[in-house]
Formats: sequence, structure tokens, C-alpha cells
Amino acid sequence: MIDAIVQGILTGGLYALFAAGLSLMFGVMRLVNLAHGDIAVLAGFGAVIFVQSAGVSPLLALLLVVPLAAVLGYAVQRGLLTRTVGPSPLPSLLVTFGLSVVLQNVLLLAFSADQRRLPSGSFTQQSVPVLGLSIGLLPLAIFATAVAVLGGLSLFLARTSTGRVIRATRDDPEAARLMGVNPRHVYGIAAAIAFGSVAVAGFAYGTTTSFTPTSGPVLLLFAFEAVIIGGLGRLWGTLVGGVLLGVAQNVGAYIDPAQQILAGHLVFLLVLAVRPQGILGGRAPAAVTA
Amino acid sequence: MTAGPGSEVEQPPARRVVRGGLDSLVGAIVLVVGALVLAVLPLVVSTSWTSRLITLCIYIVLAVMWNLLAGFGGMVSIGQQAYIGLGAYGLIVLADQFDLDPFLSIPVAGIVAGVIAVPVSFLAFRLVGGYFAIGTWVIAEVARLVTVQFDQVGRGSGVSLRALAGTDPTARIELTYWWALGLAVLAVTGSVLLVRSPLGVALTAIRDEPTAAASNGVDVARVKRIVFVVSAIGCGAAGAMLALSSLRVQPDSVYSVQWTAFMIFMVVIGGIGTLEGPIIGAVVFFALQQALGDYGSTYLVVLGVVAIVVVLAAPRGLWGVVGRGGQVQLFPIRYRVREARSAPQPTAPAAPPATSEEAL
Amino acid sequence: MTPLLSVAGLEVRYGDLVALSGIDLEVREGQILAVLGANGAGKSTLLKAITGLLPPAAGRISFDAADLARVPAHRRVAAGIAMVPEGRRLFASLTVEENLRVGARAGRPGPWALPSIYGAFPLVAGIRTRRAADLSGGEQQATAIARALMSNPRLVLLDEVSLGLAPVVVKQLYATLPQITAAGTTVVVVEQDVRQALAVADHVHCLLGGRTALRAPAAGVTVADIAAAYFGTAAGQDAA
Repeated sequence: MIDAIVQGILTGGLYALFAAGLSLMFGVMRLVNLAHGDIAVLAGFGAVIFVQSAGVSPLLALLLVVPLAAVLGYAVQRGLLTRTVGPSPLPSLLVTFGLSVVLQNVLLLAFSADQRRLPSGSFTQQSVPVLGLSIGLLPLAIFATAVAVLGGLSLFLARTSTGRVIRATRDDPEAARLMGVNPRHVYGIAAAIAFGSVAVAGFAYGTTTSFTPTSGPVLLLFAFEAVIIGGLGRLWGTLVGGVLLGVAQNVGAYIDPAQQILAGHLVFLLVLAVRPQGILGGRAPAAVTA
Repeated sequence: MTAGPGSEVEQPPARRVVRGGLDSLVGAIVLVVGALVLAVLPLVVSTSWTSRLITLCIYIVLAVMWNLLAGFGGMVSIGQQAYIGLGAYGLIVLADQFDLDPFLSIPVAGIVAGVIAVPVSFLAFRLVGGYFAIGTWVIAEVARLVTVQFDQVGRGSGVSLRALAGTDPTARIELTYWWALGLAVLAVTGSVLLVRSPLGVALTAIRDEPTAAASNGVDVARVKRIVFVVSAIGCGAAGAMLALSSLRVQPDSVYSVQWTAFMIFMVVIGGIGTLEGPIIGAVVFFALQQALGDYGSTYLVVLGVVAIVVVLAAPRGLWGVVGRGGQVQLFPIRYRVREARSAPQPTAPAAPPATSEEAL
Repeated sequence: MTPLLSVAGLEVRYGDLVALSGIDLEVREGQILAVLGANGAGKSTLLKAITGLLPPAAGRISFDAADLARVPAHRRVAAGIAMVPEGRRLFASLTVEENLRVGARAGRPGPWALPSIYGAFPLVAGIRTRRAADLSGGEQQATAIARALMSNPRLVLLDEVSLGLAPVVVKQLYATLPQITAAGTTVVVVEQDVRQALAVADHVHCLLGGRTALRAPAAGVTVADIAAAYFGTAAGQDAA
């Protein structure tokens, strides 16, 4: 049971990484990207191409896929999604849903529905003794990576000039224009960060779990649940949410292996019912007006 | 504002506000005739065609229901398949385990789905916009995962409808068709009446400007809940129809998010936020399906791309193009200002209280 | 000497509604222009057109003799136009200092930087680590003005700085105006507080229903003249 909880915590870090990009895009441009999970899967398949066709090592494949994903994010945002940003959520939801359908089926056509897995080298077999438990090195490495990326993202937003500009644009895009900021460019950067971070998450996921072209939606649901459980508007809240989700799933699996995902859903619904603002419930502040 | 006799002042022409017009009269005639034609169709065409038309009726119901929720209610749900599945399973359970007449079970299954939607709405409404959408998807997944727990409905492999075993296929299909047609007519008529009613006006107000609506005394939560439940009932009845016509349900098919993809496509292509749009979209979708044959991946890619292009380039959909952006309406919803002369000349519509110009 | 800002025949619409029509306006470098008028007269619309947030339906806006038509809003601050928007519009989740840093992004060279801003506005220096959302109205307004100055603009547009503030606070804010103009910065002040505006302005421009009702040097007008232009002199004329 303890082992299940520990596994849940480690998985939770990964879920939080999935969630970071979703939550960033929503925070900055009020856009929920329903194709978010599919981008992770796309990154996974990108890595598969690099590893299998080009014979590249997994690590190098990761270093190639992430910047490509970021560029894709910028392009998709400025080329496609920018036309959907506005008061109504309908256009962006419809377009990103359409994008999700297209992505999944294009991948199906290109790769078939076979299950894939990314090689993780010597990581898979090794484990490390921690506090009397034997913890797999791979899950530990993934958790560390997730926390590192989340930490890096948090520092980036808090300390750098670009991060400041992103936060400013999130608060008041029109005032940002008056300060020389091009909101469309900022949105592109936010999308690039979102796509890049979910690519890392997708890659990590692909080393531990088999995935297919249609694995995207379930990842979207995990990301979403992590955000809501943790509470909107806080990056570290998302980590807490991810961990809780991971623990819920693993404890559920411990009780009944077939109920892993359902257990997560039920905990999500419970949080939604009892504490809808999330565990670390904070709201993004409204724009300062007269 | 009338002046006395012998006045020199120019009078503005007297105006009257009407709700219908020549176009909605034509529309009403077309629809009544069309419904009658469709009703007698099984007597003329082959059984296989009757069977296919059942699918068209189901599509119409689904499109109308999704549009009611998203186009009029402003609530984008990607989880209506929850109620399709619940309705489908509901029908099987009602007919096989409670020995209810399978056809009477259709509305009952719909009601069951609606009843479930009530507590669900309390959860779902804690979220808005895009997160509401994903939330509905989670709920649909929960519905599926819970359903497959039960042995009585065959767990993951699904279950067949036994109640109609041994009945004459032709008669069964014809009866199923008439029920399906009736359901489609009910769905369309119901949504017209709903949108025309004060509830419909409140709904559009909420969709366009929720804070203003609330401060004008509209009980926002109650109105949204009613629409949410109505949509669930409609989808539930459609799901029941599915089970009845295919005589079998499988969880992965009836709870599939692909239904949402179909609903979105139909409504977006047809014209979101209008009453005519979903019907047109359903017909187009049905025709495409008949022409192209299968649900393969290429087909879905094309669907997705077309939907994206339509949302970006022609957000009003086909009806927006054909109906000249709301100038023409087959269903008498919007108010118009007419000169009180002989032949009615439609002027620019007065501030429309119901169907709004801006559906997106 | 050519005026720094020149507006000719400006027309701005919101959909079918004509918000501004036939506006001609000039401001010379180093001067202070007060734009007055009742609510809805078009004052903020005018400033939004100058900063590029609203496109003109007709007319021409020139800055330093160059037509601004092709310059999008986010490039105008680099050209030297800064605005203190109506309602302050600070970045709520950022601290005061972060707000100022964002204001400096345009990076024009000049006397204003964090040290000199803090020196000239000790009030702002005192709250530099506070979140903008937590500030009082007067503190927000001072911060907003300081933020605009961080870009070292040649032209500063002040949109209704007195809105929602106590008179004593308004007085304090206007007391900082000489520091802005000391370096030769041009100022356009949009105000509803007529007396305050007259006290600082070199020229006044009154708007009524989107049109110019009065245009004169400040020295030559009285409050009575302004009131007549504010509300319209003929009976039955629309004031808004």
C-alpha cells in the first residue's frame, strides 16, 4: 500500500507536468486546448520516428522533439488559434476539438493502432532503496524531471523579463499593448511553452506506458483533473493536484487493478463537489480597474 | 404619434412587430409536408432504406439537442455521449429486465437520463467554459466505467436486446422508424417552442451576457439546468433509439466521444445557434456518410478539417450562408419590424430578443 | 515649428455609432493640452485613437510629422507615445516595481529609470514591492503615471486621472505634473475636473457629442465658456 502511494506521488509529478501547459494556455489567453493530450502523443510518435528510423538515442530524440513541439505550438497559436481568442469560448473549443480528431486520425493513418513504447535504456531495470522501499529509478527520474521543469517554468514566469511580460499580458492585454507588448506574440510564446512542456511529459509517459494514437484524450483528462484538484491559477497547486490524482489512481489500482482510472475520476468528482476551488484553491486576480 | 386632420407634419409610417413572415410560413408548410412524406415513406421504400432513415432521425435529434445546449445555452459539452449511453443501456434494462414495452421504453429511458442529469448538473456547473467541457467528458467516462461494472449488462462486452427477439424484422423496423421520426419531430418542435418561450429568451440573454441577465432577475442556474436536463433527455432518447434499432449495445461504441465529434460537426456545418442549422447539418452528415460509406480515419480527418475551416471561415455554417445570416428563418422565432402597408417588406430586424446575430 | 502631435479630420466609429467626427487638433512640444467634455463626448476615444487601440474611420494622426496610420499600437510607445489609461489598468498580479519594469520595455533612452522614478515619486518608491491589486486608488494612479514615464515618452496621455479619487489625492497627483513637463515632455490631459485641468493646461479642447465644441488657449477661456461648450449652448442639443 505504501508502495502504491509512493508510486502515486511519482506519477503525480508527471501529471502535473501534463497539466502545466494546459493551465498556462488557459491562464494567459483563456483558451482550453482540447488537443493538449494529443500533442503529447504526437511528441511520443516524433520520438519514435527519431529513435527507430534515425537510430538516435532516446535522450537526443527528446532534445529534438521538445523544441520542435515548441515551434509547432507557436505556429498553431499564431496561425490557427489566434482567430479563436475572444470573449466566447466556443470557437477555440470547437477548433481544438477538431484539431484533436484530426491529429488522432492522422496518427492512426501514419502509424496504425499498434501500441508503442519508448526505450528508456538502462533506467527501466534499476531501482533505488529509499526509506526501506525499493523505488524504480525511471519513475524517480521522471518525477525529478517534472519538478525541475515546473520549477524552471515558475522561475521563468517570476523572474525573467519575458515571464513578466507574459504575466502582464495575462492580466490586461490591452494595457500591455500600451507598453509595447504584442499580445499575439506573447500568446504564441505561451503556446510554445505549453506544447514544449507537454512534449516532455509525453516523452516521459511513453517510456513507462504503452501508447497509441488515441491515447491523447485520457492524458487531457488527467491534466485537467490535476488542475482542478489542485486549484486554478497556481503552478504548485497543480503539482499537489497531480500528486493527489496519482495517489488516488494507484490506491484504487491497489484495491482493484481494473479501477485505476475510475478511482482518479471519482476523487476528482469528490473534490469538485466538496471543494470546487481546489485544494490550494486560489483564483487568478482580476484586472485592476477604477 | 398621430397628428390631427389637416396637419402639415410628415408622418412616419405606422409600424407593426411580427414574429413570423412569408419565409416561416413557407418553412412551416415545407416541414409539415416533409414530415407527412417521411411518415408514409416506409410503405414505398425498401426496408434497408427505412433502416437508414432511422439513423438520420437519430442524427437530427442529437444535433438539435447539442445545439440547444451549446448554441443557445452557451454550454459546450463534449460529454453528451454519457446520456446516449445511459439511454441505450436504459432501454435494454427497461425492456429486458423490467419487461416494459420496448417502444414505450424509449421516452422512459430518456427521462431516466434526464433524471441522472439533475445531480450531474450541480457538479458540472461548478465549472465554466472549456473546463466545463472537459468536465462533461470526465462524467461521460465515469458513466461508461460504472456501467461496465455490472454483470447484468454484460460488463465490457455489452448486451443484446432480447425483448424483440423473434419479431418480424420488417414490421419491427417500420415501427422503430415511426418512433424515430416522431422523436425527431418532437425534438425539433420542442426546441422551437422552448426558444420561443420566455425561457428561451432568458437563455439567449444568459448566453450573451450572464451578469446582465442575472441582474434582470433571470435565475441563471435554473434556466441552464433546465436546458442541460432537456438536452440529456433528448440524447437519452436518441441512445435508446440506437439500442432499439441495432438491437445491441456495446459500451465503447455507445459511450464513445465520437458521438460528440458527430454532433459538433453537424451543428457547426449546419449553423450553430439557429434552429434550422442542426437539421441541415444532420442531413448533410447523413448524406456524406451514405456516400462515403465508412467511418475510417480518412473520413474523420476530413470531417475535422472541414469543421475547423467552417468555424474559422464561415462561423454561421450553411444556414448562415443560405439564410443570409438570419434574414430568412423557417421557424418563427425572431421579431421583425414591418411597415403597416399592403405587402410586408422585411426591414432590418429589430433588436432580436431570441436568436441572436452573434452565435459565436 | 511643426506640432508634435497633429490630428486632422479624425473620425472614429464603434460599429455604426460615430464616436468622433471631424476632429482637428494640434499639440506643440512641451505644452499641455486639456481635453474636456462630459461622459460619452469622445475624450477617451480620442486617446485610444492616438495610441492605436482604435482604428480611425477617416482622418490622419501624425506624430513628429510622421503618419501613424501604419504603426500598430504596440509600436507606438517606441515612437514616444505613452498613455496612462482610464481606470489605471495596472497589471494586477504584478508588483509595483514589476509594473514599472514592464513599462520600461520600450527602452527609449532618457532620464526616467527606476532610480529617478523612485526619486521623483517617493510614494511609488514606498510601495514598490506591493502587488498592484492591493493598492489604493491614489497609489494605483501614481504607479500608472510612473509606469508610463518609464518608457521615456515624448508625449504622455493622461486619461481621467482624477476618476474615483478624493480631491486631495487628485491635487497631489497634479502636483507631480511639473516633474513630467520639466524634461520637455508633452502632455495631453483628459479630464472631467474642469478647474484642475484649467489650472495646468496651456490649451483646451472641448468635445461635445464627438465633435469639437471649443478650441482655445487656456488663458483666454473662463469656466463659464467651458461650461457652455461642455453642455452645449442651444436648447435641445444633445449633451452626450
